[in-house]
Amino acid sequence: MTQETRLLLRHADEPGLHRLEVYKRLGGYQAQERAYRDLEPDEILKELEDSGLRGRGGAGFSMGKKASFLPRGEMAKYLCCNADESEPGAFKDRELMQKNPHQLIEGIAIAALAAGAQHAFIFIRGEYDLQGDILDAAVAEAYEAGYLGENVLGSRCNLELVVHRGAGAYICGEETALLDALEGKRGNPRLKPPFPAVQGLYGGPTLINNVETLSNVPHIVANGAEWFKGFGTEQSPGTKVVSVSGCVQRPGNYEVELGIPTRDLICGLAGGPPDGREVKAFYPGGSSAPVLTSDDLDVPYSFEAMAEAGSMLGSGSIIVADDSVSIAQMALRTARFYHHESCGKCTPCREGTNWTVKMLERVVRGEATPMDLDIVASVQENIIGHCLCVLGDSMAMPVGSMVQKFRPEFEELLASTGPVLDEVSRIGAVVGAPETLGAST
Amino acid sequence: MSADQGDGGGRQPALGEPTDLSPGPTPLPRPDGRPGLPVDPALVTGRAPEHDPERIPELHEVDCPPDLRERIEELMSRYPDRHSASIPALWEVQRRYGWCTPDGVRQAAAVMRVTPAYLESVASFYDLLRTEPFGNHSVLVCTNISCWMRGGDELLGAFCEAAGCDAAQAAHGGASSADGEMFVSGFECLGACDLAPMASVDERYFGPLTGEDAATIVGQLRAGEEVLPERSLARRPLAGGPDGEPDPRVKDAKGPNR
Repeated sequence: MTQETRLLLRHADEPGLHRLEVYKRLGGYQAQERAYRDLEPDEILKELEDSGLRGRGGAGFSMGKKASFLPRGEMAKYLCCNADESEPGAFKDRELMQKNPHQLIEGIAIAALAAGAQHAFIFIRGEYDLQGDILDAAVAEAYEAGYLGENVLGSRCNLELVVHRGAGAYICGEETALLDALEGKRGNPRLKPPFPAVQGLYGGPTLINNVETLSNVPHIVANGAEWFKGFGTEQSPGTKVVSVSGCVQRPGNYEVELGIPTRDLICGLAGGPPDGREVKAFYPGGSSAPVLTSDDLDVPYSFEAMAEAGSMLGSGSIIVADDSVSIAQMALRTARFYHHESCGKCTPCREGTNWTVKMLERVVRGEATPMDLDIVASVQENIIGHCLCVLGDSMAMPVGSMVQKFRPEFEELLASTGPVLDEVSRIGAVVGAPETLGAST
Repeated sequence: MSADQGDGGGRQPALGEPTDLSPGPTPLPRPDGRPGLPVDPALVTGRAPEHDPERIPELHEVDCPPDLRERIEELMSRYPDRHSASIPALWEVQRRYGWCTPDGVRQAAAVMRVTPAYLESVASFYDLLRTEPFGNHSVLVCTNISCWMRGGDELLGAFCEAAGCDAAQAAHGGASSADGEMFVSGFECLGACDLAPMASVDERYFGPLTGEDAATIVGQLRAGEEVLPERSLARRPLAGGPDGEPDPRVKDAKGPNR
C-alpha cells in the first residue's frame, strides 16, 4: 500500500488551519521569524539554490536560480505568486491555498526578503472565489500580526502583499501574460527576453513563482537544503502534490516523494480505473503534456524520468483515461480548450488551434480522409516553437502524441462510412455514478 | 448591411465633410440592437470612425454612486499603478449592477481616469466579466477533459433542463432562463477535477453532481435556500484521508505543519 509523504499537506484537515493562530501553534511563521531576524538575503538564496527546489508550476526551473537572476541593489522589485491554476487536470494550488493559506504567505514573505522585493502579489484565478476570500482573510491576519506591512517583524524591510483576482483566462497563468493582466491590461504574453527577472511588472525586476513552489520555502529555510534533498530524487528533490483525476476511483490531491512509480499514484493512491477497466492513456503533467500509455505506468514520477519518457511532469497533474474513452474525442476536447483560451496574438497558435479543432471534429464525425491525420500532425509541428508563449505548443504536444500513439484508433474512425460518434458524446458511458467514484469518505 | 444602420438612421457625412466632433454623452448603441457594450458602427461598416478618440468621462457626467467610487479608489491605492485596478474595478461594477453595464463601465472609467474603451477592452477579454446581461444566479458547468470523462456534458444538459435554458447556447458561451433568474454555461476547466462532474454555483464549487442534484440545486437557488452543503468543496477533506504515521524525516523537522 503506497503511503503519502505529507509535508505541505500535513495537518491540512486540522480544523482552523487557515487561521493564523492554529498555523502558528503548529510551528508556522518560525521560519519567517528566523529569516527576518538572523539571515541575510544571500544566505536564503543560497539555501534555496542548494535545495534544488524546482518550480512546481510547469517548467520545473530551479527556484533559487531564478531568484538569483534578479539584479541586486536598491530599486523597485516585485514578487508575483502565480495562483492562476487553470491547466486542465491541475487543482493542487486550490487545495494548498484553501487549506493552508499562511504557509503560502510565509513562503512569499521569505522569498520576497531573499529577492529584495517590497511589493508582492498573489494572482489568483477569478473562479477561485472561496480560496480568494480565505487568502484575503489570512493576509489581513498576517498584516495585523506584523508578518506583512511596514518594518516586518521589527526589521527594516517592508512588504506589501495584495491578493489580485483574475477574471477567467487560462493564458494569465503564462508568466508574462500574468504581468500584463496584473498591470490592468488584456492578458497577452510578452516577447522574451527581457525575462521578468530583469524587466517584469511595471518594468521592474520580478520574481514569479507558483503557489506550491513558494509553499515549500518555509520548510527549506527551517530545515536546510540538505534535509530537503533527503526527499525525492537527485534531480527532483522534495515532495510533490499530485492531482489525480479522470477515470480513477479516488480522484484528489496526493502528496508523494518525487520519483515513486507512477503506477503507485494512479493505481495505488487514486485507486486505479473502475473495476473491469484498464488504464489506456494518461497525461502525466496536465493537459499540456504528451500522453503516455499503460506501458509507461512504471516510469518514476520525477521531472527527469518523465522527460526521458517523452513527456513532462508539468504542474504534476495526472488525468487518466481508461479503455472506455475515445482518444479522438479526448484529443478534440483538449484542442477545443486551447482554441478557446488562445489569446490570438500569435498566428500559429490562433489559427493552428482553430484548424486542429475543425479537423478533429471531422475525424470524430467520420468525415475525414487519411490525409487529414497527416495534416493534423503537420499543423502541430508547425505550431511548436513558433509563438511568443507555449500555449500553442501545449495543444500541439498532447494532440500530436495522441495521433502518433493511437493512430490505428483514428484510422478506424476514418474507415467508417457514416457518422460514428455524436459530436459531444464519447464511446464509453459515464464511468460510474459520482457517489461511488468521487466521494472520498 | 446598409450604411445607415447603427447611427439612428441619419445621413452619413461624406469623407472630408465637417462633422460634430464632440463625443456624445451617451454611448453608441450596438448595431444589432441588443443590450450590451456599445459598438462603434465604423467597426461594422468598415468606414472611418465618425467621432474623435474617446475622452475620459468626468465624474459629474457619470453619476457614480459614492460608495462605488470610494471602493474603486481604495482598490487603486493598493497598486503602484492605478491601471492595475481595472480588473478589480470591473468586478465591483459587475457585482453592483449584475454585469459590466455601459453606464457602470463609464463610472469606473471616470474614477480611474481611463477611457471607457480601455475598460471595455479588458472586460471583453475575460470570460468571467460579462458585457451582456445574464441571469441572477450563475451556474458554470465544467465540460473539460476530466469532467467530460465523468459526465460533465450530461450534467450541463441536466442543469439546462432544470433551469429552462437553451442547451446549445449554454454549451457555447452560456444561456439565461426566460425569467432572467438563472444563467447556465458550459465552462473550461474550473480546477476541481477531483469533484468531477462539478459546477460552480454562484462562485462556489459543488461536486460530484448527478442530474438529480442539478434539479435540486436549481430549486434551491430559485427558493433562496443554501445549496447542497454536503457536496460543497469547502467541506471536502483530503482525498487520501487523515494523516498517517508521519515519516521520521517529517516528524523531526522544524517549521510549519508540525
